[in-house]
Amino acid sequence: MSARTIRALAIASAALALMAASLVPAAGAATPQTSLSEISGEVMCPVCGTLLELAESPQAQREKAFIQRLVDEGRSKQEIKDALVAEYGDEVLALPQDSGFSLSAYVVPIVAFIVAAIALAFGVAKWRRASGSGDDGRPVAAGLSAEDSARLDEDLGRYDL
Amino acid sequence: MLAVVGLLVFGLASHGSSRVQLGEAAPDPTLPKLDGGGDGSLAEHRGEWVLVNFWASWCDPCKEEAPALEQFQRQHESGDFTVLGIDSRDLSGDGRAFARKHELSYPQLHDGEGDMAHEYGTTGVPENFLVDPKGKVRWLTAGPVTEEMLNDQIAPLVEGKS
Repeated sequence: MSARTIRALAIASAALALMAASLVPAAGAATPQTSLSEISGEVMCPVCGTLLELAESPQAQREKAFIQRLVDEGRSKQEIKDALVAEYGDEVLALPQDSGFSLSAYVVPIVAFIVAAIALAFGVAKWRRASGSGDDGRPVAAGLSAEDSARLDEDLGRYDL
Repeated sequence: MLAVVGLLVFGLASHGSSRVQLGEAAPDPTLPKLDGGGDGSLAEHRGEWVLVNFWASWCDPCKEEAPALEQFQRQHESGDFTVLGIDSRDLSGDGRAFARKHELSYPQLHDGEGDMAHEYGTTGVPENFLVDPKGKVRWLTAGPVTEEMLNDQIAPLVEGKS
């Protein structure tokens, strides 16, 4: 192989490498980062009041087409959700946001659980006191009247202890 | 327990809505214009008769009533009347395409979140509310309007013959 042929091959290889390198970013820009099925399970069909993935109404079809278009453009899941919120408002999100009033959707159940647990603990303690049980579970000795004490002694006297 | 009941009542009160009644003041929220040129509201048309028309691009009956609405608008726009389209719970791009396709010349607002529809108590699209120059609801219908309805029921009010 002559030096000229080797040089031509080297130039051709370099050109091919440059072309491949220039194609990679272009392909990456249009590479889907998410999918319609992934997003439709996390957003609502505002008119239907159901998850988008369960909805088949005309409005839902439009919403799905809108999402698919953004997926094809290579937008991220968050970008697509932001675009949906810009169109339909926060109600399009299936999960409440973790800020503002929507935060109460997460906080209220936790607070309710803690309050219920405290109330239950107080209730159990009160019930145990009312039923005459001590902390160790044994009956609390009650004061005996003189008559009962005498009868107890009489009964015990019958046994050879 | 009281807190749970309170939350349930709040939830019902905040999500439930009742249809605006004849003689009541028409709700007047500010919404973005469908063409993207800032905000608009019913208040901009105070002193005019306004037929508030809730529609969406995905709604077939809305397609059927659009030509009649546009024709009525052209017949009466020189007087104190306008149709005010409210593109409700719809993608703004789809709404603009709908308005272009049907050559709708009357003003359009975008109610993507359905807030205005909620305030009027609509249950779907299309729905129509005629608001008088003082801002009171004078006529309404749940469903599409027809040429006959516009000419027989709306025109006499707008033209001061009723």
